[in-house]
Amino acid sequence: MAETFLFNALREAIDEEMGRDETVFVLGEDVGHYGGSYKVTKDLYQKYGELRVLDTPIAENSFTGMAIGAAMTGLRPIIEGMNMGFLLLAFNQIANNAGMLRYTSGGNYKIPMVIRGPGGVGRQLGAEHSQRLEAYFQAVPGLKIVACSTPYNAKGLLKSAIRDDNPVLFFEHVLLYNLKEDLPNHEYLVPIDRAEIVRSGKDVTLLTYSRMRHHVMQAVKTLEKDGFDPEVIDLISLKPIDFETIGASIQKTHRVIVVEECMRTAGIAAEIIASINDRCFDELDAPVLRLSSQDIPTPYNGKLESFTIVQPKQIVEAVKKMMALQV
Amino acid sequence: MVQERTLPMFQAASAQISAEEGLRLFEDMVLGRYFEDRCAEMYYRGKMFGFVHLYNGQEAVSSGVIKSLRPDDYVCSTYRDHVHALSAGVPARNVMAELFGKETGCSRGRGGSMHLFSSEHNFLGGFAFIGEGIPVALGAAFQSKYRRDALGQNDADQVAACFFGDGTTNNGQFFECLNMAALWKLPIIFVVENNKWAIGMAHERSTSQPEIYRKAGVFGIPGVEVDGMDVLAVHAAAQTAIARARAGEGPTLIECLTYRFRGHSLADPDEMRSKEEKQAWQARDPLSKFEAYLLEQKLAGEPELKAIKQKIQDTVDEAVKFAEESPDPSPDELHRYVFAEE
Ligand SMILES: Cc1ncc(C[n+]2csc(CCOP(=O)(O)OP(=O)(O)O)c2C)c(N)n1
Ligand SMILES: [Mg+2]
Repeated sequence: MAETFLFNALREAIDEEMGRDETVFVLGEDVGHYGGSYKVTKDLYQKYGELRVLDTPIAENSFTGMAIGAAMTGLRPIIEGMNMGFLLLAFNQIANNAGMLRYTSGGNYKIPMVIRGPGGVGRQLGAEHSQRLEAYFQAVPGLKIVACSTPYNAKGLLKSAIRDDNPVLFFEHVLLYNLKEDLPNHEYLVPIDRAEIVRSGKDVTLLTYSRMRHHVMQAVKTLEKDGFDPEVIDLISLKPIDFETIGASIQKTHRVIVVEECMRTAGIAAEIIASINDRCFDELDAPVLRLSSQDIPTPYNGKLESFTIVQPKQIVEAVKKMMALQV
Repeated sequence: MVQERTLPMFQAASAQISAEEGLRLFEDMVLGRYFEDRCAEMYYRGKMFGFVHLYNGQEAVSSGVIKSLRPDDYVCSTYRDHVHALSAGVPARNVMAELFGKETGCSRGRGGSMHLFSSEHNFLGGFAFIGEGIPVALGAAFQSKYRRDALGQNDADQVAACFFGDGTTNNGQFFECLNMAALWKLPIIFVVENNKWAIGMAHERSTSQPEIYRKAGVFGIPGVEVDGMDVLAVHAAAQTAIARARAGEGPTLIECLTYRFRGHSLADPDEMRSKEEKQAWQARDPLSKFEAYLLEQKLAGEPELKAIKQKIQDTVDEAVKFAEESPDPSPDELHRYVFAEE
């Protein structure tokens, strides 16, 4: 076991996969000489050379398209979005070509690529650098969307994403890179299509992902003291959603709260709740609740920013309120 | 250290500026410098957050271009926008208050360092993503032409000055806008601040043609190369470009060769640029250079320049005090400004 920062866990994943498969390469802004804005590719260009750790000009749409072309013809690119927000400039290539091309080509081509980088609301980074694009991208057919949340799952998930034959959007969180955890010395993979049961419980199912997992676990500490027994599930895969794990949990708890960092309108929870209603409405003892960010551009001011995203206290209150409902 | 480009020669003596003009430029440059120095201090003291990109070293560009404009012209910036905003006339106290996230900030505390705006000063922004300001500036220039040619408003001759860096010229939006600007002869000036680096990416490693001013020619746009550490050279080039734009003759691209004296942002460890390179450019500090010029040419005396510095120091002190004492935005107004109001 070795104590590892999340950013280093990701670096290890890339390093191991590049060592294992010489078609795997990294491209993006400042991934080479600079080592990546969050040090995820630090010194890898020295080990693998400048073509396998390719510093690109600031041309997101075009280098994303280039990666897609390379993937169609046999390579396995990993794009680092210096900040995932910048992928808005690559929306066309991601939506039309990464997402849809396999289908429109009738299966002629596959696109094994990973697009990874920091997303989410940081500390007063301003609206453009505080995007939660998972919500915008979830409507695109053909994309898999994954969000990591701990050093352990970050490493195992990224390795699996790199080996997957589909385009995977891999969201890291700008505030989680310095999380530390003991990681196994042996190689391991974590499947990208399975939710993770973080805490078993019987009262209520708390569905969450990315940084909000840690907010939820903070709330759980309080809830435990007050005698509640929540089940916490980290979705991990935001598309497709692992309804098998979720369904099993609902059969046990009959109550669900979704906690997300994306905005409320057309967020991840909106889709999950609709699907839960489709699939297991009869199991529910209460309407599914969602705690989401406000439907506004993230304000710079620190106080307004904290009002914009969900805080642990709100999670505690929501659970208590839901548990107080008599069935 | 990469091979330095030969700097274009500019005969300052031929510039012939008045003492008044000289002092105006000097004061603006001092403001840019002192304001940013104070920002660094405030950032390290935890008064401002996020990504803060300072402009130290590049002041001759902002002052040389923007001080050649009229107040009703438009200025469009990037995330490195504090000094452009100041040159455009946004009061230092409102810029500082924005960086403190206060209601009295020019974006009412909602925007922060990378999102400064002031419609009152025709300051179009503050854009956190590279390149996205270029089409916006193009839009302001289009509006000006539209008023004149479609609405017959003869006094609509406003010009838009659009600033961006070397790294940004590798982005498609740059080329797309050069094309449209030339196509419709829009009154816009593309000001490239070539400071040799895009965060940790050396300009030469990112572009097939490092001489950016040459890229304008492909679109039939005049491209000029200017010593961006010399405010008079920038000023002269800007005046020509502005006159051309105002006369309806179309855009100009000015490539200013310059350097930032600090890291990319205050979060950047700045480990990529060599000590030799930094020192070589530091020696060409545009502020001390211009100060020496003013004295040499007897356009100003020591006491006068000292008085200006003191005045600016006071302005910046006052700005910090104002920012500190200003209120945070009210949580009741969290949802305000999402949509236009009555
Ligand atoms: C669309 C987009 N991609 C990437 C970034 C991250 N980024 C911020 S500044 C920068 C470098 C820009 O360099 P340059 O244009 O030379 O301007 P400078 O910072 O040197 O003034 C990069 C890559 C961004 N803000 N927006
Ligand atoms: Mg630059």
